[in-house]
Amino acid sequence: MSVEQVAVLGVGMHPWGKWGRNFVEYGVAAARDALADAGIDWRDVGFVAGADTMRNGYPGYVAGATFAQALGWTGIPVTSAYGACASGAMALDAARQRILSGMCDVALVVGADTTPKGFLKPNKGERGDDPDWLRFHLLGMTNPAYFAMWARRRIDLYGATSDDFAQVKIKNARHGLANPYARYRKEVTAEDIAKSPTVSSPLRLLDICATSDGGAAVVLTSMDYARKHLGSSAGSADPLVKVAAISTVTPTFPNTILEMPNFATDSAAGIAPPDRGFKQAIGDSAYAQAGLGPDDVDVAEVYDLSTALELDWYEDLGFCGVGEAEKILRDGVTTVGGRLPVNASGGLACFGEAVPAQALAQVCELTWQLRGTAQGTQVDNAKVGISANQGLFGHGSSVILTR
Amino acid sequence: MSTTKIPAVEGWFTMTPTSAPTPVGAEPVALIGTRCTESGTYFFPPERVMSRAPGFAGSELVEVELSTRGRLWSYTDAQYQPPEPFVAPTEPYEPFCLAAVELAEEKLVVLGQVVAGVGVDDLLVGMEMELVLGTLYSDDEHEYTMWKWRPVAAEDGAATDDTTSTLTTTSTLTTTSTGVGS
Repeated sequence: MSVEQVAVLGVGMHPWGKWGRNFVEYGVAAARDALADAGIDWRDVGFVAGADTMRNGYPGYVAGATFAQALGWTGIPVTSAYGACASGAMALDAARQRILSGMCDVALVVGADTTPKGFLKPNKGERGDDPDWLRFHLLGMTNPAYFAMWARRRIDLYGATSDDFAQVKIKNARHGLANPYARYRKEVTAEDIAKSPTVSSPLRLLDICATSDGGAAVVLTSMDYARKHLGSSAGSADPLVKVAAISTVTPTFPNTILEMPNFATDSAAGIAPPDRGFKQAIGDSAYAQAGLGPDDVDVAEVYDLSTALELDWYEDLGFCGVGEAEKILRDGVTTVGGRLPVNASGGLACFGEAVPAQALAQVCELTWQLRGTAQGTQVDNAKVGISANQGLFGHGSSVILTR
Repeated sequence: MSTTKIPAVEGWFTMTPTSAPTPVGAEPVALIGTRCTESGTYFFPPERVMSRAPGFAGSELVEVELSTRGRLWSYTDAQYQPPEPFVAPTEPYEPFCLAAVELAEEKLVVLGQVVAGVGVDDLLVGMEMELVLGTLYSDDEHEYTMWKWRPVAAEDGAATDDTTSTLTTTSTLTTTSTGVGS
């Protein structure tokens, strides 16, 4: 069931960091870079989609309009999407739908965030019917506590060790060393990780991604528009990168893996769980749309909220069998130079998470990788790239790009 | 000072369970779930409006007490004080463990804090755990009660006297500017 493709004509990012400025600034900087990269004037954009942020007041809840106003109202239709870590992919999907339905030729997708220090936490106010509020109040269950529970499962089920987890961080830190958009550009040693304080056992501070400020933007166009545009005017979109899939699936009942911010899993007592779990289904849907499989993938950007979670993704995306992630990591398969480099950008280990921008940042990185113009670590001759992420409340996404 | 015990959350657990055995040296508690009568699936926290099992929207939901024992599915601890609306029961903050326990009958995994004095080194995936009534925090008028997990083998007194646990020896850590991510 291959889905019709659209073109990625331009991408842009604002460097990740802890800049402490208004998130709109980062989004606008990224949008202008993406438009310049595409060689398209803002006034020629027919649709704008924003990925929302929950931490920056009303402008964050209406991100699409916020960015459209900041770039200068042009009267185009707008949407704003929120899907936790998948927000950027949801906004991207809205743009793709507009283009594929013939309602516009050019769409701009923007996500940006300004994050506070420390743990991500719920908004203020007493909300006894909000599971995200209740899990902090009744359990003290932070996001890293969930990451830690999943990491513990790898140790218990597959014999993973803290050193395996450390190797993920070491690899990603190396990958991100020269990436101008990364926040952390420093080699990390196993000793550094072992010396960092435990946050939630078995995860230490350096196993867990930070929260960051950042912005990312993508210009999508119809294939016809891209061909005409590239034939007639400037732009750096050569080779032309295409969106082959955007997966934004939800879990299937009963979801038997503990998910943020839930108190319990679904019950499998009355109804059998699906053969493929939620995170596997995220990738399955993307592969089905693209008409591709794990063997076709040359480069991947996956959500390393924790070092151990990157290993889960290897298996969920079919890069190896269940319980084999540590082995392919150790064998160098997922290091740049290996068969299937993962997080050549440096991943969240080097970026920290800027929630609404992150799924779009993955698309920016994969676009550069497929064009052969990655500014950090370039993967040789990559033709197919896949991204994956997962967030709260049953959200996750995967995007496949091809050239 | 006399305080009244009230549940930290309404309708999610009972302090007077009808079927659960009383744990040794602790007060009993049972989680309240609902069961979708047609599909046989369970919900916790209890669904009271409609069954979330697709295709069973018309099914009746009945309130049930969930099993008070299960197997440890995974566990961790909170070495840093969680942010608000978490209320630290002690000053200074003392790290505590969190457990995810799989209930065999209901085929679901439920989270809970682990009773004070039990550290991650005392826990192993697969071990048998039981629910006991605990205190989430107290103020001048109320003691807010909450369900807590503890290893079945560890009796209440023994567990709280365990000064070798990793938790009781851990110093308080400050959150650094790099943040405790996500």
